[in-house]
Amino acid sequence: MSQLNAPLHDPAVERRANRMMVVILAIACGLLALRALIGSSIGSGADAVTEHGFGMVYVQESPKGFVSEVAKDRAADGTEVEVRTWKPAAPGQTPEISWTEWNEVTAGEWAAAQRARADAPASAPLVTVSWPRTAGVWFAALMTLAVLSFLWRDNPVYKLAESVVVGVSAGYWMIVATWDTLVPKLAGALVPAWTKAHLMPSLESAGVDWWGLVPLGLGMLLLCRLSARVSWLGIFPLAFVVGTFAGLRFVQNIESDLLAQVATMFEPLVVVKHQALAGADAAATPPIDWAGSIGASLSAVLILVGVLSVLAYFFFSLEHTGAVGGAARVGIWYLMITFGASFGFTVMGRIALLAARLEFLFDDWLWLIDPSGKH
Amino acid sequence: MGRNAAAVLASIVGLVMVLTAFARPLEFLGTAVVDWFNVLAAIAFVLGGANLLKMNLLKISARDAGWGYSAVTVSVFLITIGVGLLKVGAHPDPLHPDVALSGDKEAVGGAFWWLYEYAMSPITSTLFALLAFYVASAAFRAFRAKNTAAILLLGTAFVVLLGRVYVGVLLTSWIPADNAWVSWLRLENLSGIIMGVFNNAGTRAMMIGIAIGIAATSLKILVGLDRSYLGSSD
Repeated sequence: MSQLNAPLHDPAVERRANRMMVVILAIACGLLALRALIGSSIGSGADAVTEHGFGMVYVQESPKGFVSEVAKDRAADGTEVEVRTWKPAAPGQTPEISWTEWNEVTAGEWAAAQRARADAPASAPLVTVSWPRTAGVWFAALMTLAVLSFLWRDNPVYKLAESVVVGVSAGYWMIVATWDTLVPKLAGALVPAWTKAHLMPSLESAGVDWWGLVPLGLGMLLLCRLSARVSWLGIFPLAFVVGTFAGLRFVQNIESDLLAQVATMFEPLVVVKHQALAGADAAATPPIDWAGSIGASLSAVLILVGVLSVLAYFFFSLEHTGAVGGAARVGIWYLMITFGASFGFTVMGRIALLAARLEFLFDDWLWLIDPSGKH
Repeated sequence: MGRNAAAVLASIVGLVMVLTAFARPLEFLGTAVVDWFNVLAAIAFVLGGANLLKMNLLKISARDAGWGYSAVTVSVFLITIGVGLLKVGAHPDPLHPDVALSGDKEAVGGAFWWLYEYAMSPITSTLFALLAFYVASAAFRAFRAKNTAAILLLGTAFVVLLGRVYVGVLLTSWIPADNAWVSWLRLENLSGIIMGVFNNAGTRAMMIGIAIGIAATSLKILVGLDRSYLGSSD
């Protein structure tokens, strides 16, 4: 072990490794500059242009305008109220509220739009480079390389990417929880009118629901865990969560996992399959598909044997000797095959993810490949 | 006293959940408790965020080793929270264009979408992709075909991996696909049989075992026999 670690602590080896990394980075930067210099041919035919860059995202403007209509309606108590509804502004109509949306287009569409705008500037929609999205592609590419740099060893660039993802993930899930749950279920219950007017106009509410104070109170107790002095109060919301989850899972697990899985075991063990007869007389009995029948029957028997033997292995109230021991041994074999299949599947999933990241680097960023015809 | 009250609370809400599954008229009670549960789970995310902020700010103020990374985490966290709460760059809902915050928080083009699309998603998927190297390396070092069980595990992993790539299909492409007596020996079919029969049986038995385990643990919590989730009384 000490022999294995020794070279890593050797300052000379460390310096050599650092120098090697600097050389690799310099070569990579040189290749990127060369890539930009060579450029890419975008578009086809008369629209074709050479773009000296890569990793760019193009967008097309899509202006949106809205006008309102006021209609009279009757409230629940019978009084007459004014209801304002909004609809898209018709061509030529001056919108009361407007904004511009930017939809992503391919580089080829951008090249064609440049030509169209040169011919008729007034009618063609604006298609341009989206600098925020282009910066995003570059940031994502650099972060991908930063994470992959961990294959060399733990380094500051990897740590930076790690810090970024921790901050973004925590913030992301907090915001999702706020907008998807806290706003409709807590604010919507306690201050429905304000929530509807300022945050969620589509909220359906029948008035203030004072029961919303229960999760609010428990939530405040949960936040007490941040202070050492009153953190013990946090056991009440914790008990609530654990109790609710235990009650939910008790019923759901028995219903969907235990009973449903046992129910699937009650299948015929002897399966007879018939061969399909194309264009034959409907009254004629097709011949038996012996290979298919034996295969299906064997599968059914193997599944039944497998489930019973693995359950025998899990059953510890009987000593694993004799017939029970034999069944348990077969159970272990089945489990090993299951774990092997899961392992193979996991590795395949990770390799697929790696392939997707490499495709992003070579397609979206470097524009060296173009499997989906984006540029 | 506090621990007993908390255990009673857990029992009551848990039993309410069980009861509502059997007594339809009480379904509204179960729905309300699930709603409260979801709100509490959402507040737990807020607690997690606040705790992250607290720990990193303590590290920054103490100038501990690596405080610069904590500063990056705090900055990115606050930026994400800010743009997410204010829905920066996201347009309002077309049905309610007069309500500025009515739009989709993750609308394409918004700042929150940008952070997910170009920071969170690529980094997390690359982190998972990185595991491909480490799983393969660990497997190479740890897997040894020393007994029947190990041989089965290794062999299955090998067949499943080969059965799902072109080279694996190519290896056994000489076996006739239209002869049902031998076509199962083709790697892609063998991989399918392993997944559909052996893996199916093993997974099914494990699910039955897990379901019994969860039901037993839930029952112990509901009757107050298991209070380990409340921590020690010290």
